[in-house]
This record gives sequence, C-alpha cells and structure tokens, in this order.
Amino acid sequence: MNLVRNHLLISIDAGTIMAGARAVEKALVEEIDRQGLSGEIAVLETGSIGVTGQGVVIVVYPEGLYYANVTPQDAHELVEEHLLKGRPVKRLMMTEMPKQHVIRKERTGLLKEQPRIVLRNSGIIDPENIDEYIAESGYEAIERAFTKLSPAGVIQEMKDSGLMGRGGAAFTTGMKWDFASKAPGDVKYIICNADEGEPGTFKDRLILEGDPHKLIEGMMIAGYAVGATKGFVYIRGEYALSIERLEKAIAQARQYGILGDNILESGFSFDVEVMKGAGAYVCGEETALIESLEGKRGHPRNKPPYPVTEGLWGKPTVVNNVETLANVPEIIRNGAAWYRGYGTDKCPGTKVYTIIGNVATPGLIEAEMGTTLRDIIYEYAGGIKDGKKFKGALVGGAAGAFMGPEMLDAQMDFVNLREYAAVLGSGAILVMDDSADIVGMLKSVLHFFKHESCGHCVPCRLGTSQLVKIIDKIADGKGKNGDIEKLVKVSEVMRDTSFCPLGQSPILPISSSLKFFKDEIFGRVTG
Amino acid sequence: MDRESILKKYEANLSNILYIMHDLQDNNPERYLSKEDIKVCADYLNVPYSYVHSVASFYTMYSLKPRGKNIIRLCESPPCHLMGAQSLLDYLKGALKVDVGGTTKDGMFTLELTSCLGACGVAPAMMLNEEMFGNLTPEKVDAILGERRKQI
Repeated sequence: MNLVRNHLLISIDAGTIMAGARAVEKALVEEIDRQGLSGEIAVLETGSIGVTGQGVVIVVYPEGLYYANVTPQDAHELVEEHLLKGRPVKRLMMTEMPKQHVIRKERTGLLKEQPRIVLRNSGIIDPENIDEYIAESGYEAIERAFTKLSPAGVIQEMKDSGLMGRGGAAFTTGMKWDFASKAPGDVKYIICNADEGEPGTFKDRLILEGDPHKLIEGMMIAGYAVGATKGFVYIRGEYALSIERLEKAIAQARQYGILGDNILESGFSFDVEVMKGAGAYVCGEETALIESLEGKRGHPRNKPPYPVTEGLWGKPTVVNNVETLANVPEIIRNGAAWYRGYGTDKCPGTKVYTIIGNVATPGLIEAEMGTTLRDIIYEYAGGIKDGKKFKGALVGGAAGAFMGPEMLDAQMDFVNLREYAAVLGSGAILVMDDSADIVGMLKSVLHFFKHESCGHCVPCRLGTSQLVKIIDKIADGKGKNGDIEKLVKVSEVMRDTSFCPLGQSPILPISSSLKFFKDEIFGRVTG
Repeated sequence: MDRESILKKYEANLSNILYIMHDLQDNNPERYLSKEDIKVCADYLNVPYSYVHSVASFYTMYSLKPRGKNIIRLCESPPCHLMGAQSLLDYLKGALKVDVGGTTKDGMFTLELTSCLGACGVAPAMMLNEEMFGNLTPEKVDAILGERRKQI
C-alpha cells in the first residue's frame, strides 16, 4: 500500500474556477505524475477556502501551507521545489492566512481555536464525496434525531438553541417549525431558500459549493420535526456549480439510502429536489418563491396566511435559508446548550459574513454573533486596502443600512443592531474607503430596487422609479433644494404602503446614509 | 435538439415551466424564447399562450427578442459599482458599439446588465454565457472579447 505523504487541496469554487483552477489542477496532476510522485502525493478538490480575489488557492498538508494566485506555469516549480525537495515556494505563499476557525467576539484567552460551525467542512472536505462528509460526523445528527429525540424533541432543542433565521428576517427557527408541525394536514413541505440575491452576499453559494450534504441533513431534520416528506431547494439560475454539486450530493445520498423511503429503518421517508430560478430578486421573499416554485410569476402573496399553515400548493410549508439549515445538524448533534456557548444571549451562534469592497483581504468568514464591525474589518479582513481610511460600510446588502465610523464598535447581531436602526440582514459587509462617493453608492442601491421591483403593487413600482429619478438628478449635480426631503418622503410612503419587504426597504439605505453622511449628500444639491 | 425531445424530458406539470423555458431558450440558436417556443410550451402544459408569455417576461434570465451568440451580463450592483462597474459599462458600450440590451451587428455579442452575481470578492464582475469573469479591467475585457471573436 502506498502511503500518501502530502495532500494537496485545491479550492474549486465559482471564484477559483474563474481564475483557472481546473487548468491548475490538471497541470499539478500531470507534473506530479511526470516526476513519479503520484503514489505519494494526492491532489484533492475542496470547496471555498474562504479567500476571494486571490486567484487559484491551494493548501499543502501536513504543512498547512497556503499558496495563492497559482497558475498552470507554476506547477513545475511547486512540485519540484516544495513536494520533491521540501523547499516551499516563497513567491506564491499567502501572507494572510484564511480564518479556518470561528472568530470569537472577545479575546477569551483560550489557546485552542474553536472550529467553525456552519463552515466546519468548507475548504476541508471534498464536497462531491459523501464519505468525506460522513467521516466528519456527517448524518450523525439525523441519527440522533431518530434514536434519541422525537420530532417534538427536535423542535424543543431548536427552540432552546435560540437559532434565528439567517436570511435576514431573524425569525426564531424553532417557532417556525413548531407552527408548521401543529398545522393540520398530512402533506407538508420543507423549502430551502437558496435564491441568494442580496447584493454583496455569496455565503449561501459557498456553503452549497463547499458542503452540500450539510444542507441536505438540515432539511431532513426539519422534515422529521414537522412531518414533511418532501423538500425543495430553490437555487438561483446563475449558480451553476451550486446546482451541480447539490444534485450530485442528492444522488449520492439516495444511493446510500440516506434519502428515500424508510431511512435508516426509522420509518421516516424524505427526498429532496432542486429547483432552478430564473433571475428575480423578489423570489427571495418566501411567498414569491413559493409562487415561482408553482410555475407562476414570482409575485409575493398576501400574509397571513403564512406559509407555515398555507404554503406550497396550499400545504403547510417551512421556508428556511441555506445558512439557517446548515446550523441545524450541528445543533442537533451537539445540543442546544453547546450552541448557546456562542454568540450573545439574545442572539446565539455565529454568523457567516462576506466582507468585500476596499479591504485588504476580502472573503468569507464566520464570526460569533456580537463581534464588532471594527474587529471584522481590521482583525479579519486586513483593514482598509492601500492604507486608506475607513469611511463607512453598507451592511446587509441593498436592503441594509450604511454605517459610519461611529458604528465601528457596535456589537453585530440581529437584536443589537435594531437599536441603531441598522440591520445585519444577509451578512454582506461592503466596506468603503475615504475616496468612496456616497451619492454614487446610493444611486446604485436605488437603481437596484427599481430593476428588481416586481411591478405587483403601485407604491413600489412607481416609488422605485421616482427614487431613481431624484437620485440621478442629484448625482448629475442638478439637484434642487427639497429633492433630498422628497427622497425621504417617497421612501417613507413606500415603507408604509408597499406589499412586501422589497418596497419597504429603500428607506433603510436612504435614512442611514443621511444619518452618517448628511453634509456630503446635501453638499451635492446646488440650490 | 428538437423541441419535442426537450418537452419530453419533463412531466407536463406547471412547476416545470422554468426548466422547460431554460432549455428551450438554450436550444434556440438566437438565445431567446421565440413565439414558437412559447407556443409549444403552452400547448404542452395546457395553459394559454399569454400565461407562458407573462411568466417568461417576469424573469430576467429569459429574453423575448433575439440575442447574439455571446451574452454579456455585467453586474451593476453596489459592490461592483464601488469597484468601477460604471466606467467598465462605458468601455463595453464603446468597444461593442451597442447600448444596453443591444446586439452587435455581426451578432456576436449582446450587452446586458444584471443584479448581483455573488462574485463580489472579485468585483467588478460579469458573466459571458455560463462563465464568470472577475477583477475586470478594460484590458481584460479586450482579451475576453478577442478570444470569443476567434471562436467562430
């Protein structure tokens, strides 16, 4: 038997594929073969390692050494120098190590870093191999649910954990499941909302690409708890790799008898189907998503009735976000008390953030609820790029809020940010340096809403157009006194009268930008 | 593939409409849903023509007018905007001599805008057909367009 002395993990995600990861992988395999090392060195594919914007990333184990911006031309040098002669190639080594551990909200003095929860396997296992997921305690949670917990016990555990929906609305997951389980009806559904479209957010894509089985297991547990036998994953049509990996994972799970009838002799049956979206932001709203799944235009429905009582095809339906469901197996396997060891009292657990814009190292991180914006930017994203100054951040996507320097020390969690009239939303953090133009940013945000307004209700359809007209005028230097007040007024009316959260949202970026950058914005109105 | 074999891949069930339209559009050499495409879909699902048309017009990934061989979808969301998407759009318009929504005279490229593609770590980004490109600069755009022009 050959003993593999080095494992080379190559990150295959949408970002690295863009940078040519498949060609690099091929060149490495060929070079290893050419140098006669194929028996000793294994090249393995994994999901996102959490680094973006640094080209093709590989990790060499057991050294745990990261290389970035690798090209096929580097394969010869890497194999000969590092793998044959044991001399790491300095010019390709990453200077900032990605964070493969959970970021604590305060320095706890613990020597040992805690493993991540949601992203535990991302960038470590091969997402296309079910055995690797199982080896990392995969599908142990569903077994625990079957053998140690009743459906009611699972719901109680979820309630005790305090997990709140990670799609942005922050509704308590255990409560949602409880409502659906008590709703009358034999047929119930679980829907995973993977229609990620909030600008600046790509966490769900990386979870799907890096650890698809975790999502399947989360959905199975949800199904067991509420009494559903069928699950749907609604993924946006642009996420080709996510769809491919999830479909592979579902096929493998079926083959292993983990999905299907009478799973693990438990008497519980469950199956999952992938549904591909077609480009509509509003379908991230749960009732619009359900309409789309039914083959209709993605218009939001009147609420109540809520999906937990009348959802897909009129049946009780749980709609949960990808990140929410990815938390579930960890909670059920380790228990609610363990989970509450992370985060804040009101908001337990961790949050996955995508941090982008003018920072030194953009990427994907998992931090405890309650971590400050300052720590996230300066400790984990390498601070502001090119030594510039922090001007502000747009947190939570387009339906999020701008934050100025005053907010750097605010503890980031769903509950605490409400006190500042800000939101955590999807967890997108877009950082701006002192050269950023706030009016230009606001213009981009408002154009986004106009483009994505579904046209169903009047306040949003006309309101988003009016907002764009006004902000375009201001951005062109033709703004008049009173225009900014109009912007606020229109967005207030939209908040009060729009049918769904899309039309209710523009007030957030507008009022928050005025809160922190009032002088700059008013300075653009000439008179 | 002919339209019949595309339809046969799916049960005649309304919830398959998005999949059927994706496939019909990909199969059309002009990369759009023609009247004929909409008609066969409506007949197959046993719904009115107007119903299929209304669903197709709702979602941005479907086009109801003919498009070029290569569809460029440049992201215009705030993260890409911050990293220079606007000047890139101006550059693309100039290089292709088309406006947003337009197709080049030779039928090679259609220029479209899209909301966030989730490639914000490498902003500004765009999709060319199914492929993503990031960290875009005018030079990089030139190289990508040049590469495509060669593949006739």
